[in-house]
Amino acid sequence: MPLRREIYRSIKDIPREEYLAGGTGLCGGCGGLLALRLFHKALGPNAVFVNAAGCLTLLAVFPFSPFRSSWLYTAMASAPAGAQGIRDALDVLIAKGRLAQEEDLEVVVVTGDGAAHGIGLQATLAAIHRGLDFYYFCYDNEAFANTGFQTSPASPRGSATATAPAGSPARKQDLFGLWRAAGPAFLATVSPAYPLDLMDKVARASRIPGPKLFVSLSACPPGWGVDPADSVEIAKLAVDTGVWPLKEMRDGEVVHTVVPHRTLPVEEYLRRQARYRHLFEPSRRDDVLRELQAEVDRYWATPPR
Amino acid sequence: MTRELLTGNAAAAWGARLSDVDYVPAYPITPQTEIIETLARWIADGALRARLVTMDSEHSMLTAAGAAAATGARVFTASSSQGLVYGFEMLYSVAGWRVPLVLVNVSRALASPITLEPDHNDVLAARDSGFLQLHAETCQEVLDSVLMAHRLAEHREVLLPAIVNLDGFHLSFTREPVDVPPPDAVRDFLPAYAPPSARFAASHATAQGVAVLGSSAYSFFKYQMQRAAEAALDVQATVADEFAARFGRRYGAVEACMLDDADYVVVMSNSFSTVGKAEVGRLRAAGERIGLLRLRLIRPFPHGEIARLLTGRRAVAVIDQNLSVGKGGILFAEVASALRGPGAPPLVSFVGGLGGRRFRSDEFDLIADRLRVAVTEGGSAEPHLLFSEAEHRQILDMLRLAGHAAPEA
Repeated sequence: MPLRREIYRSIKDIPREEYLAGGTGLCGGCGGLLALRLFHKALGPNAVFVNAAGCLTLLAVFPFSPFRSSWLYTAMASAPAGAQGIRDALDVLIAKGRLAQEEDLEVVVVTGDGAAHGIGLQATLAAIHRGLDFYYFCYDNEAFANTGFQTSPASPRGSATATAPAGSPARKQDLFGLWRAAGPAFLATVSPAYPLDLMDKVARASRIPGPKLFVSLSACPPGWGVDPADSVEIAKLAVDTGVWPLKEMRDGEVVHTVVPHRTLPVEEYLRRQARYRHLFEPSRRDDVLRELQAEVDRYWATPPR
Repeated sequence: MTRELLTGNAAAAWGARLSDVDYVPAYPITPQTEIIETLARWIADGALRARLVTMDSEHSMLTAAGAAAATGARVFTASSSQGLVYGFEMLYSVAGWRVPLVLVNVSRALASPITLEPDHNDVLAARDSGFLQLHAETCQEVLDSVLMAHRLAEHREVLLPAIVNLDGFHLSFTREPVDVPPPDAVRDFLPAYAPPSARFAASHATAQGVAVLGSSAYSFFKYQMQRAAEAALDVQATVADEFAARFGRRYGAVEACMLDDADYVVVMSNSFSTVGKAEVGRLRAAGERIGLLRLRLIRPFPHGEIARLLTGRRAVAVIDQNLSVGKGGILFAEVASALRGPGAPPLVSFVGGLGGRRFRSDEFDLIADRLRVAVTEGGSAEPHLLFSEAEHRQILDMLRLAGHAAPEA
């Protein structure tokens, strides 16, 4: 049973306030930036974003920051540890009366999939295990995109990257599942193509103390080989073909917040992206296409609960 | 003031407690662990109002330490050896954030081979990072240095993190009488940390640690760190004066021991200087005009003070308890860089004390001989690697036990 939206029921409920200004140095059509903008609207202005190396590191380049909130760049591996330090310092300073309660901030880790898997997973699982009261926003563009789109653990099987021109060899690592095993308070997948779903999840999470984690499938126009203007449409196709399930976990239970009709085959999502072109040209790879469709069908046959 | 028998680790913990630190991110490693255990106990007892969090690694520990300091907390942390180098990336990062946290490093030699006893390759690896470095000889100096390191690091003209170094085992687990100053007196010397404007709070958004594009901005910020470290030389002198006036113990950038009329000088650092002082005293009793210079402030490096104290001597030996493989002693090269022009003495280099290896008395006789030879034959950058016949025989026995034919002696 899909969740009923609680706060963001119509596009008119989205606040007009912008906390993340335009005109940044990021690529046109960046799905990560669009999702973060919506995320920030739902979170409100009193936040500090703790960043690990990745595309979004280029948001704050001296002497500019597009945020009306605060920012700390840490390193590739340890943004969740930076969040721990800020959260603890705010708590201690408020408890000791050296900082007013109204100066408190929401602490948000923001990384790509490259820093969320592998190098940064240890610090993340540790922060979840400690029950740190923080948000984690992962923009998953399915590669090390900032360095020119090399295969990451989040690259789907068959997707071409700069280090796997014939297609990434392994299945996409399940970040939702890895994070879930550590026992966070709240966990969700989101998509910039479903802004009400995204923002309602942030609103629900904001009432819960502890680790609150979000992973957004985020189209990368130069890496995926799509027109920047089609970024949202691609994101929508990922959800509607069942490739990117929208779900959340609260109290240990997973609920799918959007259940796609899946009237379109996965192929419709794949064929729009240059990173899958080798599955269609010079000859059609029906074997691989069937396997990729089967993976999605298997997921929806017994979705996690 | 109370006088107690404290290990070097307990003295470091007392330094943090008297500094009234707000936050202690931690990760255990021998021989440092007693420091964080002691602080954890005090925090649990309510004797120290701070939060201690055990992180997943030293890399995370240093990140949390820097982030908390950037938020306005007074931060203390501790590590050693493999831990320090595991967190190495963040030493540079947090120094660039210009946050005045204090890190105690309990020196321990680096793998491979893996071992537990001290030398200084760990802490000296951090010498270019932007951390200030104070190296302590005694447990008393450990406690005092933690207090002074907070004052120095938090000074508006400095705002750089600081490492206080003590030798593992020889200091960390050795009890010495330590004067523990009263908390009120320390509060007067080191008031609560008032962070500069760049800190995280809802009323003023700030971006810290941001990227730069282009070499000019990068160079500008790195040069600012150099200028701040240079300023720390003068600040350290002022802080040392004030500390001496309040607590009666004086710590210079270097310590001159029996130098007044010395023709020959040995340069050492950390706890093995105590052995060096005894040996220099023995040589003096036998008629040698020899003294010892102990390096205490390693960053910023006190070039001027070293030049003033060593220029005009007949010869100087630098004893390094570290090895820059392919170069020799690290502190030899640093001391040599301070000595140029007329009156610069010939220098000789000795490497010893690796992995906690004890210095032998006859090695100081050898050093005295080499100093005399250097007066006529000149110095050399070639390091003398101290190793005894007895040790060599012992290693050959071990090689045989391990099933290897002993190489020719």
